[in-house]
Amino acid sequence: MSDATPSPAATELLRAHRFRLIELLPWVVAIAVYFLFPGYRLMATQILVLILFALSLDLIVGYAGIVSLGHAAFFGTGAYAAALLANAGWQEPLTAVAVGAAAAGVLGYVSGWVVLRTKELTLLMLTMALGIMLYELAKDMDEITGGFDGINFENSPILGLFAFDPLFFTSNYWYAFAFLLIGFLVVRLIVHAPFGQSLVGIRENDRRMHAIGTPVRQRRRHVYTIAATIAGIAGAIWVQVQGNITIAVYEFEMSGNILIMVILGGAGRLYGAFIGVIVFAILENMTETVLGTDPPYWELLLGVALVLTVLFAPKGLLGLFDPFVHRLRGKAP
Amino acid sequence: MTAVLETRGLSKSFGALEVARSIDFALKPGARHALIGPNGAGKTTLVNLLTGALVPSTGSVLLDGDDITILAENQRVKRGLVRTFQINTLFMGLTVLQNVYLTVAERLGVSTTLFRPVGSQPAVVAEAERVLETIQLHEDAGRIVNELPYGRQRLLEIAIALALEPRVLLLDEPAAGVPNAESHIILDAIAALPDDIAVMIIEHDMDVVFRFAERITVLVSGGILASGTPDEIAASEEVRAVYLGYSNGPGTGDG
Amino acid sequence: MDQVLDIATTILVFGVAYAMLLFIISVGLSITMGLMGFVNLAHGAFAMVGGYVTVKLVTPLGIPYLLALVIAFMAVAAFGVVMERLLYRWVFDRPELDHVLFTIGLVFISVFAVTGIWGPDPQNIQLPKILQGDLNLGVKSIPVYRAFMIIAGGAIVLTLFYGLERTRIGAQVRAAVDNRRMAESCGIPTGRLFTVIFALGSGMAALGGGLGIQILGGLKPVFAFEYLVIFLIVVAVGGLGNVRGTFYAALVLGIIDFAGKYFLPEGGGFFIYGVTFIILLWRPQGLFGKAQR
Repeated sequence: MSDATPSPAATELLRAHRFRLIELLPWVVAIAVYFLFPGYRLMATQILVLILFALSLDLIVGYAGIVSLGHAAFFGTGAYAAALLANAGWQEPLTAVAVGAAAAGVLGYVSGWVVLRTKELTLLMLTMALGIMLYELAKDMDEITGGFDGINFENSPILGLFAFDPLFFTSNYWYAFAFLLIGFLVVRLIVHAPFGQSLVGIRENDRRMHAIGTPVRQRRRHVYTIAATIAGIAGAIWVQVQGNITIAVYEFEMSGNILIMVILGGAGRLYGAFIGVIVFAILENMTETVLGTDPPYWELLLGVALVLTVLFAPKGLLGLFDPFVHRLRGKAP
Repeated sequence: MTAVLETRGLSKSFGALEVARSIDFALKPGARHALIGPNGAGKTTLVNLLTGALVPSTGSVLLDGDDITILAENQRVKRGLVRTFQINTLFMGLTVLQNVYLTVAERLGVSTTLFRPVGSQPAVVAEAERVLETIQLHEDAGRIVNELPYGRQRLLEIAIALALEPRVLLLDEPAAGVPNAESHIILDAIAALPDDIAVMIIEHDMDVVFRFAERITVLVSGGILASGTPDEIAASEEVRAVYLGYSNGPGTGDG
Repeated sequence: MDQVLDIATTILVFGVAYAMLLFIISVGLSITMGLMGFVNLAHGAFAMVGGYVTVKLVTPLGIPYLLALVIAFMAVAAFGVVMERLLYRWVFDRPELDHVLFTIGLVFISVFAVTGIWGPDPQNIQLPKILQGDLNLGVKSIPVYRAFMIIAGGAIVLTLFYGLERTRIGAQVRAAVDNRRMAESCGIPTGRLFTVIFALGSGMAALGGGLGIQILGGLKPVFAFEYLVIFLIVVAVGGLGNVRGTFYAALVLGIIDFAGKYFLPEGGGFFIYGVTFIILLWRPQGLFGKAQR
């Protein structure tokens, strides 16, 4: 009987959540970057925050199969909640993050009720419409939001100990690092939990999920809320480490770029978010530094990268390594 | 003898098209019931109405005497009303074991577990393995469904249904599209279903129908033409005229 | 009272002119989506290229505006065929997320190409004399250009409706949108049909791009992104593959968008998305789309 010794397939399922040594790599790199490239700490901090944002999107796009073109709605809501709180005099950063998370989470839950009733193109349009609506709203209410010019604000030191450092990004970096580490561990736990597996089932075949008794809509709503909450946290940190906010946090470009990053790196595999954000950010920076922006070489490179990814690497950059990894583990690809 | 599953005046129309006409139908506990009828008679539509994939225009569906007409598909599954699909509806990119694991996790109510890995509940995985063994799919446990021969995929359809521990099982052409050489595996699996499950099968192969069924219902253009024991159905002039006639009658194999 | 009438006429004329433009550009997108389930986010880029071709034919070369429009239509339609045969066909059978990324990639490339060839500055066009000035309707005078837009748009709408409902190819398109597999089994060559439709749709987009340069306030390399959203919204609200639906959606959204921006110059952009949101919630398959199966 099977309860004595699980089959190889069962063993793989039971051990999927275990950490591998190579999973230390991104964190070692992140620590090394801080010391080796002090001049790039602003960019590195932004990358850390964007990875958290990308992870939240991967949860719904890569795992649950909900393609959203308006994820910046949650990022921006978390960002504005934290920034407006600080601007109003509440300068403690961690509680502001919590408020940002809650605001984005509530928006995710409420909009999930309506948006997730639809699928495919309609879902795409609704998420996009919601994102642009909030952007237009923030633009109109520029007395509160600061509009294109934005608002500068200050936070008190983290835990009362580490002051935000707008020049050298010391504590700012570790602040983002800590949130990414915790956020990543939480997301990683979720995707390896039965809940995360059921999301994969919904992505693969939602009709069958209904037919095995899953309340599919409810589960999609739940993961949408979780993803929105994490996106809200990322948004809050994004503006806190920079000490200012503009309506750019709500821009459609934000939603579009983060989706591109997730797909470029490889959706539904967590580390795709890391690779996608890093490659995107570094290439953008390098292209614009070396080749300039007129004509917009970065657009050309990004466009070509997208076309090639879809044609030749549908599983993203990380997916390119799959055959290699399979061979390494002694399995057929 | 109360029926475990029953319909009363079940009707469904799409615009002017009536696909189910006032269907009164009952399954007793442990029943072996076949639903036959020519193509387009509304057999799959009836299954969809029973499982809640379609909402009836009028009439009601009762499970254990309770009206479940307004219950959603997934809620009916929780009450033991389970189906298989005529066209494979599987998680094609996942392994065979994962397919059944998802199902078992759902039945045991652990699929909402958010912060504990799958590996922390080995009993759930073991249960999935046990289901695969009962239907002799355990050797394929680690294979991706995509790579599986069609016959094995049909078997997995049944395995998923069994993993839900149904009390009523609706099999929609379980052997459809399976090469003759392999179809006996599926038919054996159906013959070995636990006695306490009420089974309704949709099938075109009259050999299978007359071997398996204790009762047969004939559906023609959305309505019940006749219902009775295999002998009664075989003897019915009406059925012969409308249905068995053009499929060459029982015994000649594929109709 | 006169003032109310005046405002209403303005909104109606400008709104309908805008709606015609939306329809001309969006209808091709709607049919390609309905026919092949292909989400072509690069559709706006075809309109943009059409606009640039028109401008560059008229201004440096001195070709008459109307002739330039025809040339733009044909050039971009031909370009569409090349793109469809060379690139798009590889991703038809992929999931829609791949369509989205692939065609967004093409938009990025088009932004680069257009900036590289024609520069980043906004382009405008000198309209021929007969399209300038106002047309006096007695009650009120309206710009000739808008009137021309409405008439030209109306003519195109009628031609399309007629073509779709009275011709063989139109019947084939309707059959294929309705049920592609069934149409194929009836011997309709959906692949070739799609190429024709794609060419026609791309050409229409180019025509719209050329016609709409003034309505849309000049032509910039970001055009393909800026207006993509509204084209998509028109398609989604109208129902995929539904030509009549697309027309009504363009009318409703065009007038609402113009009215919103007219009454609330500051925050008018908000309206159209709100309306879209509500319509799609109420009818996810669009106002005139077939029900989801």
